[in-house]
Amino acid sequence: MVEQRPFVTVLTHLVLVLGVIAIALPVWITFVAASHDEIRMVQTPLPLWPGTHLWENLTQTLFGTGLSGTQTAPVWLMLTNSLAMAMMIAVGKIAISLLSAFAIVYFKFPFRMACFWLIFITLMLPVEVRILPTFEVVANLGMLNSYWGLSIPLIASATATFMFRQVFLTIPDEMLESARIDGAGPMRFFWDILLPLSRTNIAALFVILFIYGWNQYLWPLLITTDPSMTTIVMSIKQMLEAAEQSPQWNIIMMTALLAMLPPILVVIAMQKLFVQGLTETDK
Amino acid sequence: MLKRVHFPPSLLPYLLVAPQVLITLVFFIWPASQALYQSFLIEDAFGLSSEFVWFENFTLLWDDQIYIDTFWRTAFFSVAVAVLSMSTALILAGFAERVVRGAMVYRTLLIWPYAVAPVLAGALWVFMFNPTLGIFPYFLEFVGVNWNHYLNGGQAMSLVILVAAWKQVAYNFLFYLAAMQSIPKTVIEAAAIDGAGPIKRFTTIILPLISPTTFFLLVINAVYAFFDTFGIVHAITQGGPANATTILVYKVFSDGFVGLDLGGSAAQSVILMVLVISMTVVQFRFVERRVEY
Repeated sequence: MVEQRPFVTVLTHLVLVLGVIAIALPVWITFVAASHDEIRMVQTPLPLWPGTHLWENLTQTLFGTGLSGTQTAPVWLMLTNSLAMAMMIAVGKIAISLLSAFAIVYFKFPFRMACFWLIFITLMLPVEVRILPTFEVVANLGMLNSYWGLSIPLIASATATFMFRQVFLTIPDEMLESARIDGAGPMRFFWDILLPLSRTNIAALFVILFIYGWNQYLWPLLITTDPSMTTIVMSIKQMLEAAEQSPQWNIIMMTALLAMLPPILVVIAMQKLFVQGLTETDK
Repeated sequence: MLKRVHFPPSLLPYLLVAPQVLITLVFFIWPASQALYQSFLIEDAFGLSSEFVWFENFTLLWDDQIYIDTFWRTAFFSVAVAVLSMSTALILAGFAERVVRGAMVYRTLLIWPYAVAPVLAGALWVFMFNPTLGIFPYFLEFVGVNWNHYLNGGQAMSLVILVAAWKQVAYNFLFYLAAMQSIPKTVIEAAAIDGAGPIKRFTTIILPLISPTTFFLLVINAVYAFFDTFGIVHAITQGGPANATTILVYKVFSDGFVGLDLGGSAAQSVILMVLVISMTVVQFRFVERRVEY
């Protein structure tokens, strides 16, 4: 701040607090809804202050049979599925991007640039614009209703490859020279020098990719028909549809809360890495 | 691009790029070329035979008033989302930048919606705006507004825009705040000594200096509104009422998976691909320029 203006200072905090409230309001309402019982949640006006049924709703949501009159997997299973999918996507993307960036930066081989441009193209083909034929490929490979089908088609990554390429290019050539004089082969160099040097970049990217993986919606919606493969994020839509018959909003909103909690916690707990990842990966 | 010093040629680099290249070929290139090929075919009603028709699917779309309407609706939607979320983020960042102590606390409290999945954001808001139960319709009734986004197309569109913008404020805020914090303090102080008040400094110094960020965010927000909002529309309105919230990505999905019009859906996919490619090119051009700046 360059000058003392009490009025502007008060206004600043006022606007920011209002902004925070406006941004947080939907989550507050969700939290309140998840802490009341079923009967309270069908009476208008709906409560704005938390009730006493939070724990009860939590256990019923996690281990119960879902909404009455619907056939859904228990929520703990959906959370497990989401975690598996998010981890496979994040780790898979990082692993294959590290390897291909290493090859492109440290080796000279025919078709190097062809590989580079091939990877580059994936940036321009988001899953939304090629859903039908990609679905057919996955169906033909027999990968419907499996963790492989959920994750592998999404793990090619141009952004991650570019980011690691950028990181590797900043590593001084002397590193490689001295490693080679000491008799290190390519993979030894990769494990003992490149990986440790790009540790924070990997962590930052992991935060972004975990959120990306966890929040996948359209893709799991298409390729999972077996209720035991449902992810938590896609279950919300099914619950919203079921809400017309059985409006158990306390359970629905508790599920929504559980679905968004892990990625939000990741952002808040690893804020520094998150910000770094977001600004670095941005194409 | 390539290191001056590199490893001797061997089979290894091929093994290293193999996973990435294989996945790209199988799940990206092949499906995309299939979409391209299918966009030149028209299937009969029973899906038994298909005929190669060149650009007929595209001319059909061109003549289809519903598709043209969807196109303009999507354009309106993305402009509205970009303007709403960017201006909110700009104001919040402008104030947050003034805060000496506690700026990081505000940042933490404002950036987390980035982590909320679009479909979840939709679920949260659709609950608040539920016509019979929701909090907002209850209060809106006191001011004489009868809220029902299942029947009123305008209200449905406003709700979808509001949710999409709410989710994107976090991202824009983060980039605006970073841009403002990178402006040298001396410039601001010099202006203050010359007698420029906070508003004058904001409009004549900060705003022009962060214009590269504004342009960058404009492209990012357009891409977001075009492609990442499927979940929001699917959760809140499913494109309705009467197509009032059907955007391009949603139409590809509903024509392909629900309507089973493979050729038409593929042609729409191809148009979307062209749109993504041009947006990516614009973005890259800009990023290059930003480096110079």
